[in-house]
Amino acid sequence: MRAPLSLLKSERPGADRVVPPTGFTARLTLLTAAAMAFLAVFALALSLATGRLADRWADSLARSATIRISAPPDQMEAQVAAVLAVLKTTPGVASDRVLGNDEMKDLLKPWFGPDLPVDALPLPKLIAVTETSEGVDSEGLRLRLQAEAPGAVFDDHTRWRRPLVAAAERLRLLGLMSLVLIFGAMAGMITLAAQAALAANGQVIATLRLVGARDTFIARAFVRRFTLRGLAGAGLGVLLGMAAMAALPSANEAGGFLTGLGFSGWGWFWPLIIPPLAAIVAYGATRFAAARMLRRIR
Amino acid sequence: MIKLQHVAMSYGGKELLSDMSLSLAPGSFHFLTGPSGAGKTTFLKLCYAELLPSAGQMTLFGKDALGMTRDDIAGIRQRIGVVHQDCQFLEHLSVEENVALPLTVSRRPVNAPELQELLGWVGLKHRREALPAQLSGGERQRAALARAIIMSPDVILADEPTGNLDWEMSLRLLSLLTELNRMGKTVVIATHDLNLIRQAKAQVSARVLRIANRRLQHAGADL
Repeated sequence: MRAPLSLLKSERPGADRVVPPTGFTARLTLLTAAAMAFLAVFALALSLATGRLADRWADSLARSATIRISAPPDQMEAQVAAVLAVLKTTPGVASDRVLGNDEMKDLLKPWFGPDLPVDALPLPKLIAVTETSEGVDSEGLRLRLQAEAPGAVFDDHTRWRRPLVAAAERLRLLGLMSLVLIFGAMAGMITLAAQAALAANGQVIATLRLVGARDTFIARAFVRRFTLRGLAGAGLGVLLGMAAMAALPSANEAGGFLTGLGFSGWGWFWPLIIPPLAAIVAYGATRFAAARMLRRIR
Repeated sequence: MIKLQHVAMSYGGKELLSDMSLSLAPGSFHFLTGPSGAGKTTFLKLCYAELLPSAGQMTLFGKDALGMTRDDIAGIRQRIGVVHQDCQFLEHLSVEENVALPLTVSRRPVNAPELQELLGWVGLKHRREALPAQLSGGERQRAALARAIIMSPDVILADEPTGNLDWEMSLRLLSLLTELNRMGKTVVIATHDLNLIRQAKAQVSARVLRIANRRLQHAGADL
């Protein structure tokens, strides 16, 4: 880290002027760094958002459960009462509520439409249970329900919670992998730009060597130029990326799918690490390109 | 300072120089002459390690040229000032910055009054902020000479420095080089201009070397 930082201050006036200031490689580096930083902001946002989503799903699903009671009509009321009685004496249960016919209708609406005659169907009864932060002893509750209400089945959502959380975790990993790929692509493109710049400045290198410049001096002049371009380009890309993120529709407007995509709170500071990272990538890439090229040119 | 013993130089399987032996003593003045394509530039390039011998032994300031690292070569070039016919400037820098370039690359401070004095000595004080492309041929050569001597090198190698100059300007450049020689610098000038050599021999004790048939000959007083 010290080496890229030391490049920011010129050791001598004129030392950084030995490299001609313009050329297509300058614009290419600036543009590449800006575009990659812009994409990196989105990859970072995706990663953070999926992380939050995974946490939220894990947390909210972990604290809710459902008890389904399937019993003959004449026994239904008794079994519901028995289950509620069991729940009242079960540690870790914050609240419980029997779902009414309207709620059952809403639950089934996606499959059967709005005109389902719920009253005429032999549907099971559902009890929504909210757990305290300590949680419920699932196995103990199942055993008690089996004894008190044989038609009751306790479902703590574990079966479908796990794949959901795993999917969100994978999305987070994908976001991080995208970041790595973006920085890798940036390194590759800056290496090519630096190589092109070194090749185009063969005469400059020959002159510098003629007057006694060591290869470290020549490499440093190029590395400094490209590191600063990488930093400036990435800064610009991050600014644009953050503006685009701020302009995204809010979670409420976008609906469930986009819920939480973007930065929140301190998360807005995360993209600020992209420009220094881009500068480090540019530093490494140019150093590599310069060392290789100077070794090759006699 | 610069010593060659039976040095040969080949390129692409073709021998350009062969069996060259020479020792450049401190404070000596040499002319290197010969027909175009004889190998004068190649010889000078050997002297500042731009090229390395393919046979024989060459030492630069006591170091074996073949065993030198890139940093060694850079160090050697800080002790040898080179004036090219095409000058080799950084075209985006001013005359002043180009002249100070050897100090810049060796991380030495630029003494502004001394730099102005040097530019005055070569008659370019009024052109210090100009770009190389804005200079005349004579001004470019004088700027190249100023750059070659700013580090106070022990040896000055000039490759056809008067090739693009008129006679008056050639004499002016020659007088600058003879003055440097009087200050104790070793000077080697590659040229095919025999009039220039005759003029110089009237001012300074110069040794004339001729390259012919790929070999170095001492021309003596037959010029």
